[in-house]
Amino acid sequence: MAELFSENNVKVHVREMNFFYGQVQALFNINIDIPEKQVTAFIGPSGCGKSTFLRTLNRMNDIIDGTRIEGKVMIDGSDIYNPMTDVVALRKKVGMIFQKSNPFPKSIFDNIAYGPRLHGVKDKNSLMEIVETCLVKSALWDEVKDRLDKSAMGLSGGQQQRLCIARALAINPDVVLMDEPASALDPKSTLKIEDLVNELKKDYTIIIVTHNMQQAGRVSDYTAFFYEGRLIEYGATGQIFTKPNVKQTEDYITGRFG
Amino acid sequence: MNKQRLKAKIIKYFLQSCGSLSIIIILLIFLFLFKEALPFIGSPGLNELFHSIWNPVSFQKEEFGLYPLITGSILVTVLATIIAIPFGIIGAVYISEVATPGEREFLKPFIEILAGIPSVVLGFFGLVVIAPLVKDIFGLNTGLTALTGSILLAFMAIPTIMSISEDAIKSVPSAYKEASLALGASKLETIWKVVVPAALSGIVASVMLGMGRVVGETMTVMMVTGNAPVISMNPFTSVRTMTATIAAEMGEVTFGSHHYMALFWVGIVLMLMTFLLNMVSYRVLKKYGMIDK
Repeated sequence: MAELFSENNVKVHVREMNFFYGQVQALFNINIDIPEKQVTAFIGPSGCGKSTFLRTLNRMNDIIDGTRIEGKVMIDGSDIYNPMTDVVALRKKVGMIFQKSNPFPKSIFDNIAYGPRLHGVKDKNSLMEIVETCLVKSALWDEVKDRLDKSAMGLSGGQQQRLCIARALAINPDVVLMDEPASALDPKSTLKIEDLVNELKKDYTIIIVTHNMQQAGRVSDYTAFFYEGRLIEYGATGQIFTKPNVKQTEDYITGRFG
Repeated sequence: MNKQRLKAKIIKYFLQSCGSLSIIIILLIFLFLFKEALPFIGSPGLNELFHSIWNPVSFQKEEFGLYPLITGSILVTVLATIIAIPFGIIGAVYISEVATPGEREFLKPFIEILAGIPSVVLGFFGLVVIAPLVKDIFGLNTGLTALTGSILLAFMAIPTIMSISEDAIKSVPSAYKEASLALGASKLETIWKVVVPAALSGIVASVMLGMGRVVGETMTVMMVTGNAPVISMNPFTSVRTMTATIAAEMGEVTFGSHHYMALFWVGIVLMLMTFLLNMVSYRVLKKYGMIDK
């Protein structure tokens, strides 16, 4: 793996990681380095553990009862499963976009201001500035600037998902995790989200889980293929898609299963 | 063939009449209330009700002013609601969001038991425990006050508020919670800033249903509020509610007298109040899909 990118660029570093839901082991001996300010895609059939792995990176699996993790998960060189780790600080640094857009039943403004308010921003002008910046970044500003005080539930699916992206950016994360962010969207909205991902990688490390291989091919710099809880192959996206080293990867990519 | 059809028809009508029985009963009650109350309009006249003195048995001048009874009911109800809201809502939040499954299994039956305590038993408890306590703590002449009644009524409202609020909180999509947690909110912040606001409509409805129960409650308030028909918004005075008035006076009133009719007007006002509260809460619950349309 070392040859993929320089060691200085490693953002997320995972070694010998196993993950369990109760008695059921969901991830087996995961070893991976994820580079900074690049887009890394996780692909694989349903139930292969790619989403579970994504959720270990901001400890979202903590909220599920009976889960257990072994091994090492480091972000910026610090072990996020260390008992001393502040989960709030971790989640502030590692933002997340969910498969189904989940804006709060509040106004557009309040949705985006939610995170900053939690973390102590009270001043109305600073909040307004954050809201505008994030909406511009998520390419939603022009569509909603006249109705920031209207409920977010009135937006279309694609707009809601971009709102969720803006909301995640508002806490100024380093890493943005995206769990099939476009799977519930129409092709046009999907394209917008993909453009956005390309735009965002200038500033953020992006890890995206996707079902859609064309999408992985279009947006990512690196691709990891998961199958039955194991990381089968990981490499530059071009290489994975043109000449994979492992037979299973090739079979999946050429559509022989999954 | 024909016999079978006849049988089916009879069964259908039987079921139909059972089903509509409650509607018929309600209509009959309304009808009966109005029938008994109506002559009051002719003599002594409806405006006799809009007075501030309730003194229906007197050799000089009988007074049928409903104001002291209405204010008594409102004072006791509002106080009881204020006391019950924090316990009911915080309890619901605890049970649905914080408690372990074991704790939940343990707590829920107790809430149901609290809902099932006969009001007369609660009244005993009020007379023996709460009234002396209120008297001592606030240094009053008597413990039989609006506050005492409110505390006991709060016990009755809490189970209603708690169980319906819990349903409302449980029905908040977990996606909201995940979104909030992923933004770095703590569990408590998530509960107060996302879950409770999202469940607010159901919580409001639960409070109104709780109020409906409190307004109509009779036995407990009759035993512990002192039954003085005075207009007062001071929780440390004795008051008399509409329900207690009817219960206490109906037994010895002369049939067909002005007093008798006035009591029926008290009943009408009371029924309208509970009807309104129930209607509003039903509307709220329905609007947010918490009960079937």
